[in-house]
Amino acid sequence: MTSPTTVERTSDRELVATRTVNGPAHLVFEAWTRPELMMRWWAPKSFGITFLSCDIDARTGGSYRMVFGHPASDQPMTFFGRYIEVTPPSRLVWTNEEDADGAVTTVTFEETDGQTRVVVRDLYPSKQALDAAIASGSTGAWPEQFEALDDLLGDLDAG
Amino acid sequence: MVQYSTSRLDASFAALSDATRRGVLERLGRSEASISELADRFHMTLTGMKKHVGVLEQAGLVTTEKVGRVRTCRLGLRRLEEEAAWIEAHRRLWDARFDALDQVVDELKLKEKADD
Repeated sequence: MTSPTTVERTSDRELVATRTVNGPAHLVFEAWTRPELMMRWWAPKSFGITFLSCDIDARTGGSYRMVFGHPASDQPMTFFGRYIEVTPPSRLVWTNEEDADGAVTTVTFEETDGQTRVVVRDLYPSKQALDAAIASGSTGAWPEQFEALDDLLGDLDAG
Repeated sequence: MVQYSTSRLDASFAALSDATRRGVLERLGRSEASISELADRFHMTLTGMKKHVGVLEQAGLVTTEKVGRVRTCRLGLRRLEEEAAWIEAHRRLWDARFDALDQVVDELKLKEKADD
């Protein structure tokens, strides 16, 4: 049984995604911090995204760099930043530095009865920064998402 | 299906719970209007109308723009719809990620069990 994924804008500056994963926190944490595991789920196949490279130094002060490709895009997309906090198996905090107004991402892992509740908080520097991210579709700005957005906007227009 | 965040829905419903505010939205659906035009139309003081418009603005249902001494009000629905659509697209990405993560964690569990 899968638990629902929720995404909510909880304040002017913050966006929160949650899900309960069927496994203990130390394994979920491992999947979030080992590059070869991260590459298997961070860029979902159904979105047509492929990892070109994934370098993760998951230690406090360490950095990461992920490069993705997509058939609809000539240029690869690069995401990078630093780990502000790495506390196994309960907490990860990193910066998103590909954008000057990038969010700080805090991920917490809470284990109950062998299941782990994962909460991903993106805290933007200002309301304007999150509004701009939404307006440009920049967070996870994949072509499919734009298409999905277009479809939705079409539905909303029609409705 | 578009999923609005609960807090924003609450703000929207609170804004729409008042007959004057619903009237203002209906009026703005026809064309933009200044606060004083809206106050006249609904037989209210300028201050009273400013409060109503403020509530609608907070909920993202109306946007206002001050040019000189006149504050013009317009429907802001479009912005709310775009945000809801973006949040839904974002939710789909996370949903797909977590589905894939579930598989990875399942394999790690099996591996850990086998290693014991």
